Parts: sequence; C-alpha cells; structure tokens
Amino acid sequence: MQKPPVDYIKRITDNYAALGYKTYQWVHNEDTPPWTPLTKPLSECRLGLIASGGIYVTGQVAFHTKDDFSFRSIPKDVTTSDLRTAHFAYDQTDARRDPNVVFPIDTLRRLEAEGVIGELADHAFTFMGGIYSTRKVREALAPQLTEQLKAERVDVALLVPV
Amino acid sequence: MCHQSVGLIARHAEAAGIPTLCMGSALDILQAVYPPRAAFLDYLLGHTTGKPFEPELQRAILLEALEAFSALTQPGQIKRLPFRWAEDDDWKDGVMNDGDTRTPRQDTPQYQTEADRVLAEQNNPEACEVCAVSA
Repeated sequence: MQKPPVDYIKRITDNYAALGYKTYQWVHNEDTPPWTPLTKPLSECRLGLIASGGIYVTGQVAFHTKDDFSFRSIPKDVTTSDLRTAHFAYDQTDARRDPNVVFPIDTLRRLEAEGVIGELADHAFTFMGGIYSTRKVREALAPQLTEQLKAERVDVALLVPV
Repeated sequence: MCHQSVGLIARHAEAAGIPTLCMGSALDILQAVYPPRAAFLDYLLGHTTGKPFEPELQRAILLEALEAFSALTQPGQIKRLPFRWAEDDDWKDGVMNDGDTRTPRQDTPQYQTEADRVLAEQNNPEACEVCAVSA
C-alpha cells in the first residue's frame, strides 16, 4: 500500500516532547525563495557538490557533533574507499559501506564522463548538517560555502542533505 | 535538520547568483525551509542519492533529480522523483517512533576508525588535543 511521505517535523516534535525535551523551532520560510535562472544547458555547466552527511577523507579531522559548523573540501578525484562519515542523527551503516548513498561522487564522475554535466568542480564541500543553531548556518556556514562555490567557478550547485 | 541546513545554504547561494538544487527525503522539512529548487526522493533517511552498491539506480536517481534544473521554472517548486524505497510503504510506520535514536552529541572529532584519528592527528597537530597539551 502506498503511504504519504513521513511527517518528520510532527513525529520528531511528538517524540521529543514525550521524552521531555524542549521544543525545537524549525525554520518555516514564508517568503518566495531567491531565484537565479540557468543560462545554459546542464551539459555545459560546471557543477559543485555540497553534502551534509558528515563526510571526510582519511587524513582530515573528523566532524564533531555539537553544532560543528566547519566544512571540509574534498578533491573530485578522491578515492571512494578513503571517504568516511561522522554524524549523530542518521544511521551511517549504508553510507559507510557505499558513500554514494549520501555523497554521489562516483555517480557524478560518471555523469561527467557521459557528458550529462559539463564538468564536476575540482572540489566538493561537506559538513555535518545536524546544526541546531540556524544563526551559525545563516551567518557563518552559508556565506563561507557560497564563497567556495564562487572560487570553484561553478555554474550550478547540487546540495545533498541526509 | 540536515535538510534545514542545506535549504538555508541553497537560499544563500541562489541569492548570490548560483542556481541550486536541493535533494531530500524529508518532504515536510524541505517544504518548511522552502529552497529555490528541490527534488524529493521518498526513501529511508540516509539514502538521499540511492541504495548502496546499486550504481545504475544511483545514476537513474541523479538523472531524474538533475532534470529538475530545467523542469522547475518557478522558485520553491519540488520535483517528486519516481522511485520507491520498497514495494510497500510499511517502513514509514516505524520511522521516528522508537524514542531518541541519535547518538549523544560530542564536541570532539568523531572518527569512524582509530586509524583515521592517528592519521588526522599526524597531519593536523593543531587539532590534536593531547599533542597540544604535551607540546
């Protein structure tokens, strides 16, 4: 039987209320989102990847899980088996077996080779998305990642949460 | 919460002139944060871009998602991707219904393996608390 999408906000709110936790204030944006039209086909675009699943490469410092709002830069030619995850809020079992389930690096390299996207940017950017402070995201992480995307001269950005 | 963080970043990047697409598997959180463009995959969390070791499926999901860049022409639209996690949707009944399944939050790096820690601390002496104390 087909069921509607999971109502996460309600379930999380009920769940944590039952445990006696303080109610979390989710962001509810009412204003129309900003909009930048694409000016060329995807097959001519340089694509930047941002993923929030706590991905790091061996040799890098792992994320901590208490509102860590730092990010890591991951070269596009990274060896997939060197990718790791550090997160607290999702089951990392499958992501640790095959990082492509939350960080589609092999998939995008293949789409680049096939010409579906013009080019994959030299670096992808990752962070640990379980950040309770929206101020840290808005005032620190979002501007920093936007600067990185600009430095990578991307035409479009793909964002993958968990 | 990942979906919320990503949506806020997408809004920022889009306002700065970069077209963005947010993927996601929590439809209500995507709708609440209201990013410029989104593609919804009705999957179990932790699998935003596919199932493990199924490269053809991963490719098909990303192709459908990326198509949103041309298909979505108004700000705030969400494309629903034509994939199902399982033949029936019973898995949805158990989601978030078993208390707090998160691991406790820690303010120190959470390495996947001990070998990762050793290598990272060799590469980044400033990140190693024990080394910093003894130095």
